[in-house]
Amino acid sequence: MQKSLHIDPAKCTGCLQCEMACSYENYGTFTTAKSRIKVFDFHHTGRKVPYTCTQCDEAWCMHACPVEAIKVDKATGAKVVVDDVCVGCKVCTISCPFGTVNYVQDTGKVQKCDLCGGEPACAEACPTGAITYVDADWTGLERMKQWAQKLDNAPKAA
Amino acid sequence: MTWAKKLLRVNLTKGTCTAEPLNMEWARQYLGQRGLATKYFVSEVDPKVDPLSPDNKLIFATGPLTGTMASTGGRYSVITKGPLTGAIACSNSGGYWGAELKMAGWDMVIFEGRSARPVYLNIMNDRAELLDAADLWGKTTWVTEETLKKKHQDPLMRVSSIGRAGETGALFACVVNDLHRAAGRSGVGTVMGSKNLKAISVRGTLGVSGIRDPKAFMAATKAAKKVLHDNAVTGQGLPKFGTQVLMNVINEIGAMPTRNHRDIQFEGAKDISAEAMHAPRKTDGKPNLVTNQACFGCTIACGRISKIDETHFTVVNKPEYWGASGGLEYEAAWALGSANGVNDLEALTYANFICNEDAFDPISFGATVGAVMELYEMGVLTKEQLGIEAPFGSAKALTFFAEQVAKGEGFGKEIGMGSKRLTAKYGHPELSMSVKGQEFPAYDGRGIQGMGLAYATSNRGACHLRGYTVASEVLGIPVKTDPLVTEGKAGLVKAFQDATAAFDSSGLCVFTTFAWTLQDLAPQLAAACEGDWSVENLGVVGERIWNMEREFNNAAGFTEKDDTLPARLLKEPAKTGPAKGLVSGLDKMLPEYYEARGWDAGGRPTPETRARLGL
Repeated sequence: MQKSLHIDPAKCTGCLQCEMACSYENYGTFTTAKSRIKVFDFHHTGRKVPYTCTQCDEAWCMHACPVEAIKVDKATGAKVVVDDVCVGCKVCTISCPFGTVNYVQDTGKVQKCDLCGGEPACAEACPTGAITYVDADWTGLERMKQWAQKLDNAPKAA
Repeated sequence: MTWAKKLLRVNLTKGTCTAEPLNMEWARQYLGQRGLATKYFVSEVDPKVDPLSPDNKLIFATGPLTGTMASTGGRYSVITKGPLTGAIACSNSGGYWGAELKMAGWDMVIFEGRSARPVYLNIMNDRAELLDAADLWGKTTWVTEETLKKKHQDPLMRVSSIGRAGETGALFACVVNDLHRAAGRSGVGTVMGSKNLKAISVRGTLGVSGIRDPKAFMAATKAAKKVLHDNAVTGQGLPKFGTQVLMNVINEIGAMPTRNHRDIQFEGAKDISAEAMHAPRKTDGKPNLVTNQACFGCTIACGRISKIDETHFTVVNKPEYWGASGGLEYEAAWALGSANGVNDLEALTYANFICNEDAFDPISFGATVGAVMELYEMGVLTKEQLGIEAPFGSAKALTFFAEQVAKGEGFGKEIGMGSKRLTAKYGHPELSMSVKGQEFPAYDGRGIQGMGLAYATSNRGACHLRGYTVASEVLGIPVKTDPLVTEGKAGLVKAFQDATAAFDSSGLCVFTTFAWTLQDLAPQLAAACEGDWSVENLGVVGERIWNMEREFNNAAGFTEKDDTLPARLLKEPAKTGPAKGLVSGLDKMLPEYYEARGWDAGGRPTPETRARLGL
């Protein structure tokens, strides 16, 4: 079963545990500046929204890359940057409609979410369930369940 | 490790920024943040220094766990000699700024001297520079943050700044970061203003590294997060209701200071409680509370984000206050509400926004307004002097005064001096509900006896965050004690004070102690940092820090006579509730406390105590 990162912004408190977990997984340091998932704080409304790559099937970044440095991880479906191949041209950062692939000055390569090989550290670290890793075909399951619960179909007394 | 092992020294007189290695021998004795920065402070500053002179210093300090995945690891403290009290001041803040400073590679920043003109410090990793702040002076903290992010084209930068209250010399001005998180008490923002330092903007991309045992650290922090999650207070009460969960509880047990401590229960408490914040308003059908919010790394998320009713008299035609912002925490709701007899939730929220926007302490502000209202009702202060009628319960007077203090105008200048100076000026010093010049927070020492002792002996003046025996006396954490008796409170207060000093030096939040003890802190520190961070040693470190602060205050001129409470708490019995008929039994508790501390009758650590703690 393929899985997807599923984000429920209503549950996000803005603690940035996901950003720390991401940087720790990839760099071995707690550096939110290097996180591949970012939490946006829309402070005038109080909304906080974690955002990262959704792993498009026909990924713009992958198609745009002139040196084929972005490969599909067959196990997870993640589009993964191969550092040894990436030349840091940044064309992928222009082609991605969502902005979720970005250049890293320190390495001279781009980086994006690779689903941590199937065990995303952000989802593991999220204390509120705002980020989960679920069946890719059923990311709407919880929301469907919530609405289903509201339907007035309780058994009526005869 | 996890200390960056580096501090930044900024001489504002000379305009220099210099990196120094962190004194690691001191770090092993004083841990970080509150403890370590205070060690630097007492080693470098004359205790008799005028707090607002260039010779006073101002330290912004993180702890070893700041900027790590340990839950609540985003704290920093501001250490100086406080202008409100003349005592050591140490105010702790959350938000994101502290972690950013740490991720820029700095454990602390020491400011000394005084700039000839307004400046701000900009830090980008190892590069630090003082820049002209002429265009920021006279601006609120909200405008300052927005302006700096635009100017540096850096939406990810974090800003800590003072507002107009700190510029115009209100003695309880604070430092605000991330729009509504504050190093709130004792006037640390006033010292910042006296140095012509407007703000510190920080961007850090280096991160925190060098965890001693990464695997053990991740396991220890995960286990500790589970403890927070499974605890009823930190796992359910605080995220849902915030610290406001206390409003109805403290009122019911009869420990809610009301109308400048004349009363001990507030009939309007339910109107300004957590439950009221959740309830839909009659006017627009929406609740005051929008959502809860976490500070950096926090898995509790007790912060309140609120929206004011757009039709409320405080914000009509002022759309700049219609957005969501930092809402009422319990201490602010009490100080702006009960202390003045005001039960208008929207007015309190507006006053709270103003306190954040122009950076002043809602506790000292609200409590001082309580004294003003009492003086008004006694006929000592008049409408002509105040610019408004100010009986207890007047939301209009409260919000008017908030605006005046924010701008440093009118009678706001006098309120900005705090209740001790204001009541003395008008001939009624007995009406200042303060210790060592700092106003009480939201618990009455008659209804919670241990808190009376905690206030009287707090090193930064009256304060709930130096020894929160409410946890034990009301909530039964870690064990239930009777709030109405004095027996055993000396030892209880000491234990809370010492443990809190250790938590405040770690980089983590003291609110974790609703669920954690030093047993939960120790393994996280031990996995992250070199040195002995056993429970036993952390207790000693906490006690060492407490005594170091005390000796600074003694040298500054405080004596055992200052370890006292206002006559109202010592002589006027509580009128209602479970504590009816009681006064504070401070006279019984204080000698026991000195003995438990190993101090002489003058409140000075004995040579044996000093030797035992390595002072």
